[in-house]
Amino acid sequence: MQRVEVPERVILASEVRKNYVGGTEGAGLNGFDLEVQAGTVVGLLGPNGAGKTTAVRILSTLLAPDSGEATVAGYDVRRQGGEVRRRIGLVGQYAAVDEIITGRQNLVLFGRLNHLSRPAAVRRADELLERFALTAAADQAAAKYSGGMRRRLDLAASLIVAPPVLFVDEPTTGLDPAARIEVWSAVRDLVDGGTTVLLTTQYLEEADRLADRISMLKAGKVVAEGTPDELKAALGADWLDVVLLDPADVPRVRALVEPLAAGELRVDDLRVSIPVRDRTRTLVDVATSLREAMIEPEDITLRRPTLDEVFLHLTAEEVAA
Amino acid sequence: MTNRFGWALADGWTIARRDLTHWRMQPGPVIFKWFFPVLMLLMFGALLGGAMERPEGQSYYELLVPGIFALAMLFGLESTMLAITEDAAKGVTDRFRSLPISSTAVVLGRCIADLLDSVVTLTVLVVTGLVLGWRWHGTFAAALAAFGLLLLLRFALLWVGTFIGLVVKNAQSVAMVQVLVWPIGFLSSAFVATSTMPSWLGAIAQWNPLSLTATAARSLFENPDTAPASWIGDHAIGAAVIGPLLLTALFLPLAATRFRKLSR
Ligand SMILES: Nc1ncnc2c1ncn2[C@@H]1O[C@H](COP(=O)(O)OP(=O)(O)O)[C@@H](O)[C@H]1O
Ligand SMILES: [Mg+2]
Repeated sequence: MQRVEVPERVILASEVRKNYVGGTEGAGLNGFDLEVQAGTVVGLLGPNGAGKTTAVRILSTLLAPDSGEATVAGYDVRRQGGEVRRRIGLVGQYAAVDEIITGRQNLVLFGRLNHLSRPAAVRRADELLERFALTAAADQAAAKYSGGMRRRLDLAASLIVAPPVLFVDEPTTGLDPAARIEVWSAVRDLVDGGTTVLLTTQYLEEADRLADRISMLKAGKVVAEGTPDELKAALGADWLDVVLLDPADVPRVRALVEPLAAGELRVDDLRVSIPVRDRTRTLVDVATSLREAMIEPEDITLRRPTLDEVFLHLTAEEVAA
Repeated sequence: MTNRFGWALADGWTIARRDLTHWRMQPGPVIFKWFFPVLMLLMFGALLGGAMERPEGQSYYELLVPGIFALAMLFGLESTMLAITEDAAKGVTDRFRSLPISSTAVVLGRCIADLLDSVVTLTVLVVTGLVLGWRWHGTFAAALAAFGLLLLLRFALLWVGTFIGLVVKNAQSVAMVQVLVWPIGFLSSAFVATSTMPSWLGAIAQWNPLSLTATAARSLFENPDTAPASWIGDHAIGAAVIGPLLLTALFLPLAATRFRKLSR
């Protein structure tokens, strides 16, 4: 497969704005910035309606931004759309395959439209069917495929000419866990092959697993950016989880540890989570006060925040502002 | 083939072949579509034909068959529209737009596929018509010209269908357009001579593009037409060329603009 040379910073977006014609005020993108290094996976993480699809559609030239600059593989998405399209693959939010024809026919069709000769398109289709474990279903109409199979076919259709840059919009939304793992491993394989991937997701777990860097999108703007670890370190304190044996103890423990917490406590059933700044000191203080109150916890653990908590933190800040 | 135009043609053909594959994979709907005008022909010919007042010794089919040809072209509008909305809804349009192919190729593909579809529709109708006793009385060349005009009408309606398909987006509105196609079909000379209508209605019906083509086709087939003497009746062939061209001139740019608007 030939590779087209791409610059170090494969995707660049700065101050991109997009307001849909006839759409709600503020929906879309409101000064979106992004920078993606070659050969990395960047996760664009955000809740429903944050603007993930809008961003992907703009970067893949399907949608024109109102203002701002965006380049992909060194080409301007607005003025050099053709060059951009030659270098990208797009896996949209909803599987975009022709459902009437078979999986193989889909891949041959898109191969031909990528200007492969017929024999080359057929060969490539077979390779991709094999790679995405679709060989057995190759000659069935795509309408008969399961959600996961359709997603894989969609992914395969986007990889016919091994694009240097791949956009994947919510690849696993609506998939069952097994299909999700299949898609994850397909994406990981791609990255090993050197493709730069921009992946959008609503799942923190997914971003944490697949992405080298994460940009958190909220209301059309990136509100935080960094490696998963950086984000966790920068946002919110570590947590001390105290798991109790008796539900009756929960209010007492709350009252006891409240003064020791560096922020708001969170209670989930039998678990009391305490935000901490000084890790060991708080651990000792909490253990001591529990001992003095004669409460025997089932477990005490010190941990870093999960991405879920990071996200809640950001959202809460936004609401407060 | 290294130039852009060459690629647009090649890609357009590839996209059109997708429709041919659809026919092979799912023959039911397309066969129904091809035979639906035959059903209309039989229904109107056999059920209503007896009640139609015709000059001595003249079969109603002489009038009806060319009318049904034109009507079948009108129905083609629906299939264009449906194909466009289907592809948009399934994300196939977006997939095409993210490929390194020109938008001309996408539109060209639709155009080729729909015209081929109409050729099959017409062939099925011609065979049925011949079986029922309809004949063309003019030259073969004139008959071919008549089919050319019918396909020209279909070509014009392609852009109308593409435009509406890009505008409406959902299946409900498609159903509404499907219903509206009927009065347009009836308000024409497809089934009856416009001379039998109240004069104001007859005048409107005469100017219906469907009537223009039907009248021109009848005149080329040398099937007797009972259209009242009128300016438009006398210039039927010219009108059947200009009418569709005007429709194309109006709707092709509209459809193209709408296609570009997909990126707004
Ligand atoms: N075609 C459109 N017309 C009007 N508003 C739209 C359109 N597409 C998306 N939006 C709005 O823009 C916002 C962002 O949408 P989207 O990019 O699809 O978000 P996400 O993919 O993160 O769920 C949402 O509020 C959505 O309602
Ligand atoms: Mg989305």
